[in-house]
Amino acid sequence: MFSIAIISLTILGFLLGLLLGLASRYLKVETDPVVSQIESMMPGSQCGQCGFPGCKPAAEAIAHGEAEVTICPPGGRSLVARIADLLGIEVDLSKVKEKKPMYAKVSEATCIGCTRCFKVCPTDAIIGGPKQIHGVFKDACTACEACIDVCPTECLQMVSIETTLGTWRWPKPEPDYPLPLAS
Amino acid sequence: MKLYRFKGGVHPEAHKVATGYKCITPFPMPARLYLPVQQHIGAPANPEVSIDQHVLKGERLAGSQGAISAPIHAPTSGTIADITDCTAPHPSGLAVRTIILEPDGKDQWVTLQGVKTPFLMDPDEVAARVGAAGIVGLGGATFPSAVKLNLGKNNKVYTLIINGSECEPYLTCDDLLMQSRAEKIVDGIRIMLHGLQAPRALIAIEDNKHTAIKAMQKACKNTANVDVVVVPTLYPMGSEKQMIKTLTGMDVPAGKRSIDIGVLVHNVGTAFAVHRAIRFGEPLVSRIVTMGGGAILNPQNLEVPIGTHVSDVIEFCGGFKEKPERILMGGPMMGQLLPSTDVPIVKGTSGIIALTKNEITQHHTMPCIRCGSCITACPCGLLPLEMANRARKGDIEGAVNFGLMDCISCGSCSYVCPSYIPLVQYFNFAKGEVVARQKEQQHQEQTKILAEKRTERIEREKKEKAEAAVKRKAERAAKQAAEEAKKESEAVS
Amino acid sequence: MKNPSPISGPHTHAANDVQIVMLKVMFTLLPATLYGIYIFGWPALNIFAVSIIAALVSEAFCLHLLGKPIKFFLFDGSAILTGWLLAMTLPPWTPWWIAVIGSVFAIVVGKQVFGGIGQNIFNPAMLARVVLLISFPLEMTTWTSPYPLFSTSGPDFLEGLEITFLSQVPVDAVSGASILGDISTNLGMGHSLSEILVRNADSENLVNGFIKGSMGETSAILLLAGGLLLIAMRIISWHIPLAMMGSIALLAGFFHLVNPEQYASPWLHVFSGGAILGAFFIATDLVTSPNSKLGKIIFGAGCGSLVYIIRTWGGYPEGVAFAIVLMNAVTPLIDYYVRPRIYGYQRKGVAMEYDEKRIASLANTEKD
Repeated sequence: MFSIAIISLTILGFLLGLLLGLASRYLKVETDPVVSQIESMMPGSQCGQCGFPGCKPAAEAIAHGEAEVTICPPGGRSLVARIADLLGIEVDLSKVKEKKPMYAKVSEATCIGCTRCFKVCPTDAIIGGPKQIHGVFKDACTACEACIDVCPTECLQMVSIETTLGTWRWPKPEPDYPLPLAS
Repeated sequence: MKLYRFKGGVHPEAHKVATGYKCITPFPMPARLYLPVQQHIGAPANPEVSIDQHVLKGERLAGSQGAISAPIHAPTSGTIADITDCTAPHPSGLAVRTIILEPDGKDQWVTLQGVKTPFLMDPDEVAARVGAAGIVGLGGATFPSAVKLNLGKNNKVYTLIINGSECEPYLTCDDLLMQSRAEKIVDGIRIMLHGLQAPRALIAIEDNKHTAIKAMQKACKNTANVDVVVVPTLYPMGSEKQMIKTLTGMDVPAGKRSIDIGVLVHNVGTAFAVHRAIRFGEPLVSRIVTMGGGAILNPQNLEVPIGTHVSDVIEFCGGFKEKPERILMGGPMMGQLLPSTDVPIVKGTSGIIALTKNEITQHHTMPCIRCGSCITACPCGLLPLEMANRARKGDIEGAVNFGLMDCISCGSCSYVCPSYIPLVQYFNFAKGEVVARQKEQQHQEQTKILAEKRTERIEREKKEKAEAAVKRKAERAAKQAAEEAKKESEAVS
Repeated sequence: MKNPSPISGPHTHAANDVQIVMLKVMFTLLPATLYGIYIFGWPALNIFAVSIIAALVSEAFCLHLLGKPIKFFLFDGSAILTGWLLAMTLPPWTPWWIAVIGSVFAIVVGKQVFGGIGQNIFNPAMLARVVLLISFPLEMTTWTSPYPLFSTSGPDFLEGLEITFLSQVPVDAVSGASILGDISTNLGMGHSLSEILVRNADSENLVNGFIKGSMGETSAILLLAGGLLLIAMRIISWHIPLAMMGSIALLAGFFHLVNPEQYASPWLHVFSGGAILGAFFIATDLVTSPNSKLGKIIFGAGCGSLVYIIRTWGGYPEGVAFAIVLMNAVTPLIDYYVRPRIYGYQRKGVAMEYDEKRIASLANTEKD
């Protein structure tokens, strides 16, 4: 009686193990769908501010839990929220520093028109030609700072985008009593 | 007529007696007028005048840009002193592009072109003329009226509702307009009906405005398709959605506009402005403003040229009898705190209300006791306490799931909250956050496309270069081969 | 004027705050409380005072530990009300330490552990009562017959102090179980209901309150009046009280009709055992009851049914506290599933739709 139970359970375990092994071999998903999903959410400018060589390696690291979901500075809070939602994890968004919206500005006095900056711009946001003063197309700039390093005259600077009536937002009310800890 | 009851609502103290029985006083032309290019919802107007240019009253100073926008006109004749950034009448205190006009004292009109027979006019012409006159929703929403009147082109409008409810406390500008200019309002309504090709109009007036009701009833006695409907006094009756519910029993379906159920709502002030614009060709250059609140010495209604500084108007009313705690543009429920009194009266300014410390009943905020007063008061059927709790924790998505975007910011919940929780500000903050995230996402998507295009271009260039190199190599090889062949043949020969 | 920091509207407010809400509740409780103190004499007053003081002291202690502003929160009225409501449900001649343990438990575990005012899941007073009932069943079920204040048979002030603080109950005082307790015990022993009721001759006094019981369950009429006033002042809505009393009456009526010898009449059930106090003052606790109208009806009906079930078939003679605490636990669930209809949506949450005919009917509305 006892031996029958042992034998049958062993056989069962063996068979199921085999099945799992086969499944993992033949039903293998080629690329991790989570990685491509995360990558599709990311800015895609391959700016490297996260410390990874590009958006895909960063997405892989996030998907495998090797990097925080908060590593992408240009993505901001909205990206963190969407990745956290996809991975089903809780992130305290209030702790994520929202980077002040910035853009690169060319100082017209010192620009020599060397075109080095627009060779590195990941979004082609810098316009102009050789020996012409360059300009930055604000809406296309991702504030990746790639151009800052290559400028020989240090004429590029990061400037914060000013708030206008259209972009002004109501601040969160400051409670005037000690709040209970957030549940 | 059968009326319907919308859910919730509150009964704030009216405070309308102080100004509701005085005549409208014309305001003398101030020394300078400040005309912001953004006095409406939509794209700002584009200045078309230059500094030191002389303009006549009614001349266009800034033209509308894009589909939703409105032009700005000169409220009097004079010289353009400057076009610069000035503080906007907005709680943020940020600056807005402003045209500064120095009146010459002559108040000389440009040649105006009125329409003698508006009902023989092409209906589309009404919207066009209203748009050119720079008329916006004068109830406070400041949505360009022409855009709404144009909706009649592709949609059937069954009922035009004229909003004379004026549910905000203190404000009496619409009340007095109806009392004193009823005939003209009804004429404006008939012109709008013609423009929309709509069969009927209903003028909704709250039952605490007896004189206005009588005046309006008398004015539309001979007009078969315009009727006065007396609605109960209940805040926020003047909100478009709640007004439509009261008169038709229908909700504006979520995600749709009122036109989708055949209804359009315009303010009585707008109807009056339409009358002036069509009959006389006058653009919107002045409006009636209620000067009220316990701090104002002589509260009254004034007809003020657009662009007059708030400080000038307050001075005209005798200044303050008591130190004001807050000076608001609009009523105390939905009005905005002014950053300073050196801001101009704009098209949407229904009133300047200076409240004393007693009137605003300041109080410390307590934790929510889940009493549900806000739920009872909410005219939209929302759960304000749940939304605010999520907004406070930064869970914007949670707040949206509880119906944040269906909130009309009427303030009924904050008004009744025994814990004095600034619910509306939590919602304003969360709504702003939603918009900001959407914009950020859009920006990211755009830059991503740019980045992809760039990578594509670089790849292509590389490929082309490589191909060119291969080609050159092949050519060189062919040339060499040919030369060698030549040499060989030479050698042979 | 300089730039003030932006503040959203509304810039006016209804004359109402948390303190006023609590004061209004206390005001409506006052007649029944005074009457209860009158019937049960000095010991009742002692217990009432001890409960409230213990509640306030433990509240102040917790606020101090948490570093919250003591002055600001201590007199919001919620701690006083908790102590008050607890005192209403205690046997009037119970020893002082019962009231202290109850109040401290209510405030510390029932309220402050959850985060203070507005954050608790269970009604603190009822939670404390349940704990006392389980821990000290003897003290919590020994009821005294009424000995009105200033009557010759009742204890005077000093005797009152002895009863409360030294547990020296006069030998001749008639004490024992309440009617519901008596019914529960004796039915189990095979007696019929009419037999038991004859013995409890004072059951006719349910309405005027001259019966054994706690302060808050005896003066049913005054509590009812206070409750109705609370509804009239719009502090609570009618949904929970009606649903709770209605479900008790319906269940009791049904079973009484089936077998009057086994099941007590709805009259007895409604007017005894703190059902009215529970329905109007405790189940309606703003913090721990659902927010929507339908949710309140579900909640009230649940409370009422549980009260009847516990009283009739349960081990305890009295079930209001258990019923309310059990339903408190369900409140978040009810609130999650039962929500009001949002403007522009149908009940199910999809956008409202109208057919062409309904829309076109607007145009031909008759003139009145």
